[in-house]
Amino acid sequence: MAHVVLPQVIVDRFTTGVAEVEVDAKNVRGLMKALDERYPGIAAVLEDEMAIAMNGSIYHDAYLEAVGADTEVYFIPRIGGGR
Amino acid sequence: MSKHHVTATINGEPTEFLCETSQSLLDVLRDELELTGSKEGCTSGDCGACSVMLDGRLVCSCLVLGVEASGRTVDTIEGMAQGADLHPLQRHFLEGAALQCGICTPGFLIAARALLERTPDPTETEIRYWLAGNLCRCTGYDKIVRAVMDAAAEMRGAR
Amino acid sequence: MTAERKEFRWIGKRPVRPDGVDKVTGRAQFSADFNMPGQLIGKVLRSPHAHARIKSIDTSKAKALAGVKAVITGADFPSLPDEWVGAGRVEGNFKYFSENIIARDKVLYEGHTVAAVAAVSAAIAEEALSLIKVDYEVLPHVIDPVEAMAPDAPLLHEKMITRGMKTPPTKPSNVAKWAEFLMGDPVEGFKKADVIVERSYTTKAVHQGYIEPHAVAASTSADGQTVVWCSSQGQYQVRTWVSKIVGLPLSSIRVIPAEIGGGFGGKLIPYLEPLAVRMSRLTNRPVKITMSREDVFRATGPTSGAAMKIKVGATKDGKIVAAEGEFIFQAGAYPGSPFMNGLMCSFAPYAIPNVRTWGYDVVTNRPKAAAYRAPGSPIAAYAVESALDELAKKLNIHPVDLRLKNAIVEGTPSYFGPKFGSVGFVETLEALKKHPNYNIPLGPNQGRGFASGFWFNGGGESCATVNINDDGTASVIEGNPDIGGSRASMAIMAAEVLGIDYDKVRPIVGDTASLGFNHVTGGSRVTFATGMAVVRAAEDAVREMKERAAMLWDISPDAVTWEDGFARPAGDNAGKHEPLSLKQIAGQAAKTGGPICGHASLNAQAPGPGLGSHMVDVEVDPETGHVKILRYTASQDVGRAIHPSYVEGQMQGGVAQGIGWALNEEYIYDKNGRLENPGFLDYRMPVCSDLPFIDTIMIEKPVPSHPFGVRGVGEVPIVPPMAAVANAIHSAIGKRLTSLPMSPPKVRAAIDGDA
Ligand code: FES
Ligand code: FES
Repeated sequence: MAHVVLPQVIVDRFTTGVAEVEVDAKNVRGLMKALDERYPGIAAVLEDEMAIAMNGSIYHDAYLEAVGADTEVYFIPRIGGGR
Repeated sequence: MSKHHVTATINGEPTEFLCETSQSLLDVLRDELELTGSKEGCTSGDCGACSVMLDGRLVCSCLVLGVEASGRTVDTIEGMAQGADLHPLQRHFLEGAALQCGICTPGFLIAARALLERTPDPTETEIRYWLAGNLCRCTGYDKIVRAVMDAAAEMRGAR
Repeated sequence: MTAERKEFRWIGKRPVRPDGVDKVTGRAQFSADFNMPGQLIGKVLRSPHAHARIKSIDTSKAKALAGVKAVITGADFPSLPDEWVGAGRVEGNFKYFSENIIARDKVLYEGHTVAAVAAVSAAIAEEALSLIKVDYEVLPHVIDPVEAMAPDAPLLHEKMITRGMKTPPTKPSNVAKWAEFLMGDPVEGFKKADVIVERSYTTKAVHQGYIEPHAVAASTSADGQTVVWCSSQGQYQVRTWVSKIVGLPLSSIRVIPAEIGGGFGGKLIPYLEPLAVRMSRLTNRPVKITMSREDVFRATGPTSGAAMKIKVGATKDGKIVAAEGEFIFQAGAYPGSPFMNGLMCSFAPYAIPNVRTWGYDVVTNRPKAAAYRAPGSPIAAYAVESALDELAKKLNIHPVDLRLKNAIVEGTPSYFGPKFGSVGFVETLEALKKHPNYNIPLGPNQGRGFASGFWFNGGGESCATVNINDDGTASVIEGNPDIGGSRASMAIMAAEVLGIDYDKVRPIVGDTASLGFNHVTGGSRVTFATGMAVVRAAEDAVREMKERAAMLWDISPDAVTWEDGFARPAGDNAGKHEPLSLKQIAGQAAKTGGPICGHASLNAQAPGPGLGSHMVDVEVDPETGHVKILRYTASQDVGRAIHPSYVEGQMQGGVAQGIGWALNEEYIYDKNGRLENPGFLDYRMPVCSDLPFIDTIMIEKPVPSHPFGVRGVGEVPIVPPMAAVANAIHSAIGKRLTSLPMSPPKVRAAIDGDA
């Protein structure tokens, strides 16, 4: 089970107060699907607005990235060059 | 508007061109003669990207009128290398990575050559003040100053 | 694993860059150097007002002028929906993007484009501009972000509701977005602090200051195919914007990248391209537009100015226990300041248990802020790193030691969530302490300052092709404009993988039709992400060559190794066949299956963050308040320096820009909201005689996700300088300057005690 920590803005919109959830997923795509089943609509917002951080690294648009069994998964705002 | 017919020696070659009264030498070089090596960064004499030699004197070509070149010699970046032989300054700019984007480079090379013609053994301070009319936003000038010092040393035969 | 390999043949060497000779001889073609037969000259009409409603635009006289071929206004462009599209590569709001390129019902800053003209000569185009009659209703304007937040401030966007708040406000305002990051409990944390520093800081808008003004040439053929030549930080980005803003399919637009004369973030987005394309489509002729320096200052860039409040608390032993920061960033006319980066980068270098940062993206009647090198981070670092210096003084701890005591290491949790991976921050601080400059005695009126900085660094989409030529050379096609020597890095990495000489590899930057999508040259991503694509493409070519050799030897490809440019039989077959060189294999390509080329396309993930620490010595002239930079030392974790000279160059260039930001540069507005210093004479960037040599220390802590350990290096160097200089000034005169720029009058006033 991956341990997923959701940011406050997402908690406010989708999870009625739940900030940390356990998810069983092989990769980021699976993680998104699992989250979306629990909180419909959450995946689209996470994918559009957030980057994922796992094991000290930051991933953008990374469906294929593996999610390890005990990985802590964080969502942070996408890092932009600014426009 | 009738244009002026101007004859000048540009990079050693007799050259004729037509230009309007208001056209700067920079405009003439770039737009009429297709010598686009001289760059336009400001048109107000503040960046040095348009530096050329006029009768052996360093000038900002954006501040000189095209008609003023009449009967005179103009040397631009296009004339700095002798065929495939680069000028020592050009070589040291390359070897010392003294350019990043390269837009300021022609101006720096022309200005630096003018310095070394007068002062073959310049101090770091002399180089910095001489080149203070040329803006570079990429390099912090460090490698430019070093390249000029290295080229000067080579040209003096000091190394 | 290549990352562990000690010996490299090319990596870490300093060969001459492939595009070098063209750039020292004047042959290189930058954007303004393209001219086409039959080309029209485009000129742009800009708003003289900071804020006004456009009641009407009469272009009839201009259109009637002989030699004028096209006159366009906002009405010639589709109106785009007001929606935030979050997709990675182009997140943003195209309604705003489009209106910034050409105004619709309102102008929001002096210099805002209102109309454009294409004519047979520049003089006729100029004359046509003067014949366009715009009827404006001038509106009250607001320049300062704090004033723009006041309840009675003039509204730029009458319907704009602040995004990002839990309960959205009901009333529109100039605050486009709000955000917050929280870890622990700062209120409780500050109770544990023995020493607290609390202070406000301001910074001014500064321009990226690239020497090459924006320019474009666009040509459209009778079948509707448009070709665009321009310099930008991303030809694919230009294509996307033109497609959306003009309303064209991507396939009908081909963008050919010119050499780029500096960008620093300011050329990530187009300004002129949609105008030139629109007019070339109306006329079916090439249209060329160039900006003047004044246009560049008034209508492009700059980065945000900001107002910030910082509070940091530490225990007597120097452990920071709590920190808070409020960040008000001025976005310019449309939402989108880098305040979010500011919120995340500000305290990022430090392990602090209780942190809260919050901030506001505020629209004002200025040009829309554009990215500038590590956008947001330098502004925030100026405030935070100044406060830390003050904290160190109060604690009587050396500022470097204070940072060392609180520095993040691998595994430290960040206040925005995740734990940090491999970072070389401690090493950058320790390297400063060992540098000879650290102990040079200071004279009267001299001071030494320290500061550090953080930047995330970027990855993203890149692709590359490596073509093996039959004479044993290789051509590399990549899709990122070379803004500071990246072709050299690509050639080095390809040569390393292929095992051939550097000068046998020739890289080119392809146009939008020659490769798939490539993300921009920005975010310090190119050597990391595009470098990764080039390495993978070269490996793909090697795999192909091993297969060809295996075929010629009638053995399995698994039994072939690649070493130093040769295929060698391995395992049981070792020594049974003469090794085949790349050239020999390439020479037989027609017989063995056709041309050999490697390709890779990827979305590079897990870039390593960058950290740097700087030390500067200054001398303050007590009479004039002039600050002279005596020495500068920049230390940085660079992952792996592929071409060390260009890494040093990034560090030195970033420092120089930071020094300009610290001491001189600022946008100055008059009471009518007009920019007073739109030229290099009054917007004073550092010149050669303002600076000393800039010493660099490169620390190599390879990033695990990159085959050679590359870490982005271009942005971190501009983060620490403003605070480092402010701290050095404090060390020299005992006064703390809390607003940028620290220009002579301000320093003078501080010495006199009224700052
Ligand atoms: S273009 Fe002549 S000095 Fe800038
Ligand atoms: S190298 Fe870019 S301006 Fe000098």
